[in-house]
Amino acid sequence: MKLFCLSFIALHLICIPELNAQDLLNEIEGDDELQHVRASFKNPKVINAQSLETTHAGVLDFRISHRFGRLNGGLYELFGLDQASLRLSFDYGITDRFQIGVGRSTYEKTYDGHLKYRLLWQTEGSNKMPLSLVLFSTMSVNTLRFPNLTYERTFVTRLNYVHQMIIGRKFNTALSAEILPTIVHRNFVLTSAEKNTVYAIGGAARYKFVQRVAFNAEYFYVPEGQLAPGFTNSLSLGFDIETGGHVFQLHFTNSPIMIDKGFITETTGKWSKGDIHFGFNISRVFTMKQPKKPKE
Amino acid sequence: MLSRFLLIALFTLPSISEAQTKYFTKKGQISFYSDTPVEKIEAHNKRVTAILEKESGKIEFSVLITAFEFEKALMQEHFNENYMESSKYPKSTFKGNISNIQSVDFSKDGEYPLTLDGELTMHGVTRKVNEKGKLIISKGKISASATINVALKDYNISVPSVVGAKIAEIIRVEIVIPQFDLLKK
Repeated sequence: MKLFCLSFIALHLICIPELNAQDLLNEIEGDDELQHVRASFKNPKVINAQSLETTHAGVLDFRISHRFGRLNGGLYELFGLDQASLRLSFDYGITDRFQIGVGRSTYEKTYDGHLKYRLLWQTEGSNKMPLSLVLFSTMSVNTLRFPNLTYERTFVTRLNYVHQMIIGRKFNTALSAEILPTIVHRNFVLTSAEKNTVYAIGGAARYKFVQRVAFNAEYFYVPEGQLAPGFTNSLSLGFDIETGGHVFQLHFTNSPIMIDKGFITETTGKWSKGDIHFGFNISRVFTMKQPKKPKE
Repeated sequence: MLSRFLLIALFTLPSISEAQTKYFTKKGQISFYSDTPVEKIEAHNKRVTAILEKESGKIEFSVLITAFEFEKALMQEHFNENYMESSKYPKSTFKGNISNIQSVDFSKDGEYPLTLDGELTMHGVTRKVNEKGKLIISKGKISASATINVALKDYNISVPSVVGAKIAEIIRVEIVIPQFDLLKK
């Protein structure tokens, strides 16, 4: 009898694992597919700097960017609002990894074009790919009329190039950070104290403190000896506010220039002196090409 | 005493040892629709996992939130980032029972109405639900479908007032399993 009871209990114990296999789904779920990390930043631009994001495939991003004059202009200049510098741009996502774009700035009446390609894409969870690496390359053309000069300037002297790597990571839903090793090449510089090729490194981060609003900061450091005295490093701080199809970016920066060669190598403002410009970017996206509808 | 044990043993053992026939799919489809006068939004997911135990009627679904595809890429991003918070809550699941599974004759073609009871987990919130669906047997092929309504506020999904007019408070969710396959051990 005892033996029977024991064996009966034992039998039940053996069967318990079978009974407890309640989670049916475990029987069929394999390894999860790799998921790319999205929305490290709210926008392909942090403020002036490029972010880890690119425009989605088939999406056109039209942005209007303004930088006003210096806050230390005082009430007479309405804290800089009397002066405005503009950049209009169109960026388009050929694929989810590859973006092209063109822009036109008030600054030096510059036209610019760029290519941006995501080489490595951070993956979710399993850390198979811990970071993203994006390549960025832009060329700009200064179209100011040449002043009467004692020497001849050719078209080539109007051209400037910036090549950049953007390496970064979304650490959690709130915090993302990146570093931007950069080479700026200007075919023409005004004084011999300025180098044609300038090496710089940037850093940028965003902290999303509530849903739809993020704080951004970016800084570009140009090692000594490459620029004439009087040029400073660019520091910008701002907020992203997202409403449906728009992203509003409001910020303060010591650089009113919105093209890469400009804010990296031609910034003259100093935060410590109050040479701070208020500015905003408005980004509006248009879906030009819809992704294929799933077939029924 | 002995007879009582024998009795229990007789009743319980067969049910324990009997192998369950299980059907599954990884290609289930879930679509949802938000209709307001201002904007119609829909999204489709064709990688839904489901498993069904034929004898007990136990049924479970699992849906990867990031696999929902929208017409606009930005909508998809906002859906994941702001509404479903898919990095925090990557999956939605339903775990429950078909209470009237006995009425389904798996060997006979036909359309069988189903009653489902269970727990739906979404955006970190688990709620008891009771829904209706149907199972279709056609030439040995098993398929199923159901349409349910989900109120966003039941699952703590908040919609900011600026876009309030564009997103319906109650979302229609259509679930279609085109084919269940026999799970081979």
